[in-house]
Amino acid sequence: MNLPETSPRPSHRRYFFDKFGITERLLERCLGEALSAGGDYADLYFESVTSTSLGVDEQIVKSASTGTSTGCGIRVLSGERTGYAYTDNLNPDRLLHAAKTAALIAAGPAKQPIQGFTETRSGDLYPVPVGGFDLDLAARLELILRADRAARAYDNRVVQVRAGYSEELRRILVAGSDGSIASDTQPLCRLNVFVIAKDGQATTKGSAGGGGRAGLEQFTGSKSPEHLAQEAARGAILQLGAIPAPAGEMQVVLGPGWPGILLHEAVGHGLEADFNRKGTSAFSGLIGRPVASSKVTVVDNGTMQGRRGSLNVDDEGSPTQETVLIENGVLKGYLTDKLSSRLMGTANTGSGRRESYHCIPMPRMTNTYMLAGEDAPEDILRSVKHGLYAVNFGGGQVDITNGKFVFSASEAYMIEDGKITAPVKDATLIGNGPEALKYVSMVGNDLRLDEGIGTCGKDGQSVPVGVGMPTIKLDRMTVGGTGR
Amino acid sequence: MSDAGTLQAGTSLNSGTLDLESLAADLVKQAMQAGASDAEVVIREGDEFSVNVRMGQVETLKESGSRALGLRVYLGKRTASASTSDLTADGIRQVVEGAMALANVTEEDPFVGLPETEEFGSVKEDLHLYFEDVYSLPGPERIEMARRAEAAALAADKRITNSDGGSFDAATGMKVLANSRGFVGSYRSSYAGVSAAPLAADENGHMQRDGWWSSARRMANLESPESVGAEAARRTIRRLGARRIPTQRVPIVFSSEVARSLIGSVFEAASGDAIWRHASFLAGKLGEQIGASTLNIIDDNTMLLPTGVGGYGTSPFDGEGLPSRRTVVLENGVLRNYMLNTYAARKLGMKSTHNASRGLAGAPGIGPGNLYLEPGTQTPEQIIGEVKAGLYVTSLMGFGTNIVTGDYSRGAAGLWIENGQLTHAVEEITIAGNLGEMLKNITAIGNDLVFRGSVASPTIRIDGMTIAGA
Repeated sequence: MNLPETSPRPSHRRYFFDKFGITERLLERCLGEALSAGGDYADLYFESVTSTSLGVDEQIVKSASTGTSTGCGIRVLSGERTGYAYTDNLNPDRLLHAAKTAALIAAGPAKQPIQGFTETRSGDLYPVPVGGFDLDLAARLELILRADRAARAYDNRVVQVRAGYSEELRRILVAGSDGSIASDTQPLCRLNVFVIAKDGQATTKGSAGGGGRAGLEQFTGSKSPEHLAQEAARGAILQLGAIPAPAGEMQVVLGPGWPGILLHEAVGHGLEADFNRKGTSAFSGLIGRPVASSKVTVVDNGTMQGRRGSLNVDDEGSPTQETVLIENGVLKGYLTDKLSSRLMGTANTGSGRRESYHCIPMPRMTNTYMLAGEDAPEDILRSVKHGLYAVNFGGGQVDITNGKFVFSASEAYMIEDGKITAPVKDATLIGNGPEALKYVSMVGNDLRLDEGIGTCGKDGQSVPVGVGMPTIKLDRMTVGGTGR
Repeated sequence: MSDAGTLQAGTSLNSGTLDLESLAADLVKQAMQAGASDAEVVIREGDEFSVNVRMGQVETLKESGSRALGLRVYLGKRTASASTSDLTADGIRQVVEGAMALANVTEEDPFVGLPETEEFGSVKEDLHLYFEDVYSLPGPERIEMARRAEAAALAADKRITNSDGGSFDAATGMKVLANSRGFVGSYRSSYAGVSAAPLAADENGHMQRDGWWSSARRMANLESPESVGAEAARRTIRRLGARRIPTQRVPIVFSSEVARSLIGSVFEAASGDAIWRHASFLAGKLGEQIGASTLNIIDDNTMLLPTGVGGYGTSPFDGEGLPSRRTVVLENGVLRNYMLNTYAARKLGMKSTHNASRGLAGAPGIGPGNLYLEPGTQTPEQIIGEVKAGLYVTSLMGFGTNIVTGDYSRGAAGLWIENGQLTHAVEEITIAGNLGEMLKNITAIGNDLVFRGSVASPTIRIDGMTIAGA
């Protein structure tokens, strides 16, 4: 065992060792079993998640639930192949059985068993509750009750308010056949407010949320219950007077923050290495080529303090990092995990993530954002004669292969002669990933990150992510409304 | 495959002999002893197998099983829940303590509570949901299913140059529900699926990807991997050469695969939760004409498929232990029922339509069983043939369906219709309208109703929607 007895920060692996009786010897045995039929690499991913959620609805604290899920996923890599098995029972015989099942992917002589582990160095990006996770439920209830009161007080046309708080503590331990061992304890909280507004025959909805990998102290300022509630209520009230969104190509200005979902859909997914290794992405083979205007630099950064998409280590136990995806418009690199970095002969960007121990990890984003430019946001708006100003969005989706992506505006306005005018109804915006960012003609100096609400889905696996962007102007984008 | 010979068929990691119904009933008892006035337990157990073959080589092979349980307790009109993957005595004790502790912080809601005792029940007939044979294939043959599906797609056309692979999946599951009012029920279900996802490239190197699948509850009903691969290839090839079209208003024909999402949206809008919150464009419209008089939408949770096997949404009882049944959503375009679980029914002063859906934790939701639009008489070709200029939509993107306002705006791809003929592929456009108007503007319904999942629709034509494009 190579690990010093006194680690610079708390070793989260003690949790699995102490609570489930996992030992280094058992890890070695399981890895040995996993590679009993050959294979290039094997790893064990232990995970234990405890979650709690509370909800207020119609001014009543109606819901409260808690859950715990613990298990281990065992993976064997052999060439381009992956064998995978998991168990929700951490007894040695079940772990060895899962290792044996995962080993079926390979066919060859057993690999030399490994002895001893070296702990992976990692960051310290979020506070970790010491000595368990004893919840102060009253403090959490107060957050949703404050949100409920603030939303109701906003306007008498607000007829329904729901506020929810959820948090989880996820502990992981990853041991690899390369002798690496990594562990982490990842807190994640979120506060959400949903509002229904009604005026005569018109009924609309609004929502807002915020959170991250931090404690309750984060719910102040732009993430305070009052601010989130007012944002949700404001959005719903605004929609009561919305006109049909325009249809067709036009200039589009995107506000700062969450509209960065554009980057997530237009370029982020297309730059995940699994698609590029297989040549199935519209971005395949475009490294070194221009894919955006020279004003555009996009990074994916898993090392930001307390953010929803941040991780000290990814779900393969590799340290996360800041990865430049697009620099001054030129495609620089892909997001990789252990398998793709080995097969492509590139560095591992620490992007291997998974939803849970049920799932095989794959390259994923963390916090993806565009760096600030030099334009003042007011100048950007002033420069548009006729266009759309979109400041808030619902979800998005992309077809990796043909590059087409959509994202749906939930708060947007017409711009006429450089001035923001009428709010418009929900509309989907559509574009082509490798082309869309070439039309970015102005980039604001107001980079902002989202409030911590993003969840990204890929192959049925959901993981928390962040996005960010300054105000930008796209000279051309298709707006999918019904109006003129 | 050299590795295939060692793979065992039908291995189950959950081969324990624990009687899950007894475990559920016992946990209900423990919760009552801990002071609950009512309690309800859900247990899920499942095994899964999947293999993906890409470019002829096994890419991933996954085999596992798991189980978990959820407990919901009531303290009079207060309620809370807890769930765990740890089914040991220790894990169960923690679930009871956790749920009881949380119930003490919730507040009274006059509408909360289990259904009345006389409402519980289960469909007595065999619904044919479980067939052991989904695990009957030996390991090498499972891999062969995936390989054959991909190979058929790759061989179909020389423009198919790449692939996300072919796959074969099998799964079995068991659901158990027990509560303190005497209901105990359980059922098993099985699933097998084969799919292919090929990529094609045109002369300019522009790639397109599409796919096709077949799923079934027993092996005999699974379509051949060859037919799945060939259909996947056909759907991929027809996307080549896609171009944008100008912004315009023309008739839109929704293929059956995308039309079903519209039927799903109607269900969502008719769900009691959205209705009592006023969060639906159908709120207050019960008994009113909300769609074309040709529209009949049914939710049948007891349905057998033409093969005699239970539908993908078939179950003997719903998420609260009420017997499954058939409910008319729309009849001749008139909204006949809101779709309800017990809570929404009480909020609206109605009776549950036995549509409670259920996760491990949290309150019961509302969900469809087998939801479908009844077929009309025209073939899809006839419907397309009547369109002078319009769009045949084969895929939709994004989440642009607002159930509250009915506003609908989604990314779309498909084929352009000119003088009743499909011409070139179309992409990077949106289609938009309002669901309330779209339902009234359904001017044709196809005869091609096929259940490929629990929600199904024939081909439909909708007039008056806006395409936004170049």
